[in-house]
Amino acid sequence: MASTLDHKTEEREGERPVPFAANSQITGATLAGVRSAEDLLIPDVEDVVEDVLSGHKPEGSDPISDHTMVLNMGPQHPSTHGVLRLVVEIDGETVVSLSPDIGYLHTGIEKTCEAKFYNQVTPLTDRIDYLCPMTNNTAYALAVEKLLQLEIPEKGQWLRVLFNELTRIQSHLVWLATHAMDIGALTVFLYCFREREELLRIFEAVSGQRMMTSYVRIGGVALEPPVGLFKKIRAFLESFPSKIAEYEGLLQNNPIWINRLKGIGYLSPENAVALGVTGPPLRASGIDFDLRRDMPYSSYEKFQFRVPIATEGDVWARYSVRMQEMRESVKICLQALDGMPEGRHVAHAPKILVPDREQMKTQMESLIHHFKIVTEGFQVPAGEVMSSVEAPHGQMNYYVVSDGGAKPYRVHVRNADFCTLQALETMCKGQLIADVVAVIGSIDIVLGAIDR
Amino acid sequence: MSFQNMPSPSPEAKDVFVANYPGDSAAFLATGYFVNAKFELAELTLEVAPEFIVDACRALQADGYNFFEDCTCVDWYPTEPRFQVTYSLLSHQYKQRIRVIARLSSQEPVIASITSVWPAANFYEREVFDLFGVRFTGHPRLTRIMMPDNWNGHPLRKDYPVEGYR
Repeated sequence: MASTLDHKTEEREGERPVPFAANSQITGATLAGVRSAEDLLIPDVEDVVEDVLSGHKPEGSDPISDHTMVLNMGPQHPSTHGVLRLVVEIDGETVVSLSPDIGYLHTGIEKTCEAKFYNQVTPLTDRIDYLCPMTNNTAYALAVEKLLQLEIPEKGQWLRVLFNELTRIQSHLVWLATHAMDIGALTVFLYCFREREELLRIFEAVSGQRMMTSYVRIGGVALEPPVGLFKKIRAFLESFPSKIAEYEGLLQNNPIWINRLKGIGYLSPENAVALGVTGPPLRASGIDFDLRRDMPYSSYEKFQFRVPIATEGDVWARYSVRMQEMRESVKICLQALDGMPEGRHVAHAPKILVPDREQMKTQMESLIHHFKIVTEGFQVPAGEVMSSVEAPHGQMNYYVVSDGGAKPYRVHVRNADFCTLQALETMCKGQLIADVVAVIGSIDIVLGAIDR
Repeated sequence: MSFQNMPSPSPEAKDVFVANYPGDSAAFLATGYFVNAKFELAELTLEVAPEFIVDACRALQADGYNFFEDCTCVDWYPTEPRFQVTYSLLSHQYKQRIRVIARLSSQEPVIASITSVWPAANFYEREVFDLFGVRFTGHPRLTRIMMPDNWNGHPLRKDYPVEGYR
């Protein structure tokens, strides 16, 4: 343990490793040479149990120990953030191998989508990654809009950016709260949920729902934000940086927090790429890639923000990247409020978008459109598209296939959590069993997104 | 279906590929992995022969598509070939993605696993196996991941009812 820590400090004092953008060493070609893909494969539960039963002795294990032990964690373990079950092979207190068992929350959302009209799918997307409903809605809407080749007015795009970033703050607050609680800092949990409550009230004001917002719809957003809401959001954003400082005051110099986080769960940039890790864990491993900046969507190219990265690749790096991300999100939100364009919040497409209530009640034409859209949906040209957004947990892709009908032929969701979970063993191998909890907290998983 | 019986790639598809592929497209075309390509809605789709999927992925990886994003499947029941296995690859360097597809018949829905190229494909291939019944040869342990082990059928197939069997 001590040797890894020393190694880390040396690295930090010496020349900092160059991040990915400046150093194109980490391409696929070189990757294939430096690692063996088989070593990174996460085992199945059966593999772990078989290993234990075979009585094998892992390399470097305690000479007096005669066999390893299998330990079951979950699915009802509080620190697995939902219904994640882990089967861990341990040698004393050291993790030898580990396997996640998922599927406890599988609800068949992808299958259900195939039986709904395009508009009816939006509420289902909320329930996939339930900590960032707005991001899910945006990703789905972007995919369908690409198929329809629908242009969204600027105001709609900016509102999406504003609420996507508020959602990011909200998701990161839940992450910090639960992560700190896992480590033992219960106070942080209460502080974070205090601010989250304010955000949930903002979401309620704008969509009528605290969590399952369905606010971002195909063609724009559901409604104009109510009068006075921007003022409330601004008041929140202005006080929020001091709240981040408050959390950091509780954690940053806390010796327990430092010892539990620093040097734990190391993930090298090569392994992060090979294992499909995205979002804050990828950037904490030193790879400078953020979809908002590198492949912008929904007019993110008009905002100025910094992409925080770290090169340590440990739990602490992921913590510091997310803390800085919250600060950047505040900046983006303030820019969105300052420059909020005038105009409509939805595209003009009467045959696709449900008309607003007043028009529907007063105009014959709108009534007909409303009736047709609600009863038989709208046709979407055949084709396949993939939209990709930077969700709080990482890269979120929606793959939508249309056969020209009113219901999607196939909707597939790629969630960061599902892929990042595969890196769990690589991060936990050789660490103590208590560190597994810290590492799970640091990759910020939502089981709704994994099992779908 | 052996490779000899495959339709030769159309010249238009080759042109589309050459125009939109950031890597060495001539070298890729010379290998014989290529079946078809299209560029629609600003997305490049490349169809490869299923028997060469691992080699094609290695070639794409060497050409800069370093990041495996996603692997899924589309069931085109009742048309043949029925299954379209879709891989999505991203290039951090070119900031572009490519969709690689391979079509499989309903009699023999089998394709080689690409876990040796990207270990990230592990869970995705298990998911496709679980929900579509497409088998991946060379996968370290191809078991169900979402559904219970004793589940009957593959839920995302089009001939599986949305409400399930009651």
